[in-house]
Amino acid sequence: MDYQTLRKKIIDIIADIAIDEDLSNLDDNIRLREQLDLDSMDFLDVVMELKKRYRIEVPTEDYMKLATLKSCIDYLGPKFAFSA
Amino acid sequence: MTTYDTVIIGAGMSGLAAGIRLAMFDQKVCILERHKVPGGLNSYYERHGRMLDVGLHAMTNFARKGERGRPLTKLLKQLRIPYEKLDLSQQNFSRIKFPEHNISFSNNPNLLTEEIEKFFPHQKDNFARLLELVKNFDDVNLNNKPQSAKGKVREFISDEHLLEMLFCPLLIYGSAWENDMDFSQFVIMFKSIYLEGFSRPKNGVRSVINLLLEKYAQLGGELRLGTGIKKIDVENGAVSGVTLDSGEKIQASKVMSSIGLPETMNIVSKNSESPVIGNLSFTETILFFDKKPCDSGIKETIIFYNNNEKYDYKRPQTLCDYRSAVICFPNNFGYDDYDEGVIRVTFIANFDKWNELDRQTYLQMKKEVRDEALALISGLFPKFQANLLYHDVFTPKTITRYTSHFKGAVYGTTQKARDGRTGIKNLFICGTDQGFLGIVGAMLSGISMANLHCLMNGEKA
Repeated sequence: MDYQTLRKKIIDIIADIAIDEDLSNLDDNIRLREQLDLDSMDFLDVVMELKKRYRIEVPTEDYMKLATLKSCIDYLGPKFAFSA
Repeated sequence: MTTYDTVIIGAGMSGLAAGIRLAMFDQKVCILERHKVPGGLNSYYERHGRMLDVGLHAMTNFARKGERGRPLTKLLKQLRIPYEKLDLSQQNFSRIKFPEHNISFSNNPNLLTEEIEKFFPHQKDNFARLLELVKNFDDVNLNNKPQSAKGKVREFISDEHLLEMLFCPLLIYGSAWENDMDFSQFVIMFKSIYLEGFSRPKNGVRSVINLLLEKYAQLGGELRLGTGIKKIDVENGAVSGVTLDSGEKIQASKVMSSIGLPETMNIVSKNSESPVIGNLSFTETILFFDKKPCDSGIKETIIFYNNNEKYDYKRPQTLCDYRSAVICFPNNFGYDDYDEGVIRVTFIANFDKWNELDRQTYLQMKKEVRDEALALISGLFPKFQANLLYHDVFTPKTITRYTSHFKGAVYGTTQKARDGRTGIKNLFICGTDQGFLGIVGAMLSGISMANLHCLMNGEKA
């Protein structure tokens, strides 16, 4: 799966969680928490949505790998490949 | 027999919010509510074509759209409800009225600071230091140990009059303790009332309840109204389900109860020691007039009134304590939902005294409460000359009947279960007795307990 497809999948999840935020200008290398009003409760939602939509499990110790869009894509890419 | 992942007891704000979180992540969840109308402590009813709200006079924790890190925006995000849906309108301002001083506050925290500088100039720096502490305190940490808020605040505020005035709204809008509160709760309340402030959803509390119901139904959650629970079933120290009043059994891996800690333990099959039942209950008089208060120059949204030297927030020895009151003017928000003038008056009351009255005296005493409320209004606002069109009074007995809270204890037990655990495996508490307060607090309680115990299995993220 290419970078842009993965990026879109992740942004779709964030769009459902941060319903009141503008996601059109996200920087892939800056921490999502710094660009959006997301806290640990919301990152739990990202993890839960990954499980619900794609059956991808993210163990607690890997939560920090979801910090930026870039790190999400790097970390989740192989998992998507496996689940597909 | 049906088996659920989670059964939630009570369709109040916290139970509905918990239900939404679980249904969102595909749990099989059912909310059981004893009454025909959801809402619990914050509900509504209709009489003679008029809609009456019960519970909190306003929503605390006001936040503007997109304001970061606020409890209100946090909970809307967790429930995935857009901000606009609440259609909030803000209070004008509110007033703490004591014999010697009046302090006003609004949704702009600067007003309170200015009022304190004006009336208590020597406390200016002390108040600034207290504000710093409040802003930096981790009030929702589930591991905070209870400590006396008055003791802590006295380290900063050295004028007892100011201290009493600051505590008055915070106590009566949420403390289960008499004349004091837990410091974490003080900080939660301080932020929610003085730093964030009051607002009202268009058409009152029923709008919030309807939003929650709609969301929950969309996600496929089940709700059974008019369904009381006789017993929480426990096998080998762990919850196995519930038995309804009808005798029907429902199996569940987990049970989340929002009906209060003593009330929950009372229906656990094993005989367990009951937590302390809170002493504080209230009467509320809802009055409808042929004129609006604002037309007589009344602009306040809520008045916290006290006519006693010290503010006595405790169970009175009589039916009601008329020396203090909360007076709410629901017309006085940004927009006004009502065609008529409406005033709500709350007095602190004694459940046992009300409970022992025979029916005739009970009805007579409700009239006395109404007359005291009317006398208080005309004493404070002699210019407000209006005809009473309709009124209703509810008492601690009414609260027990409709919320099933023992002794009409609106703010629940004095011993909160902050982490939601009950000592019985897979039985958890959310809502009033978990310890987050107000409408916003109740919903956050449901959300965080559902997240912690039912989605993450008790592990911290």
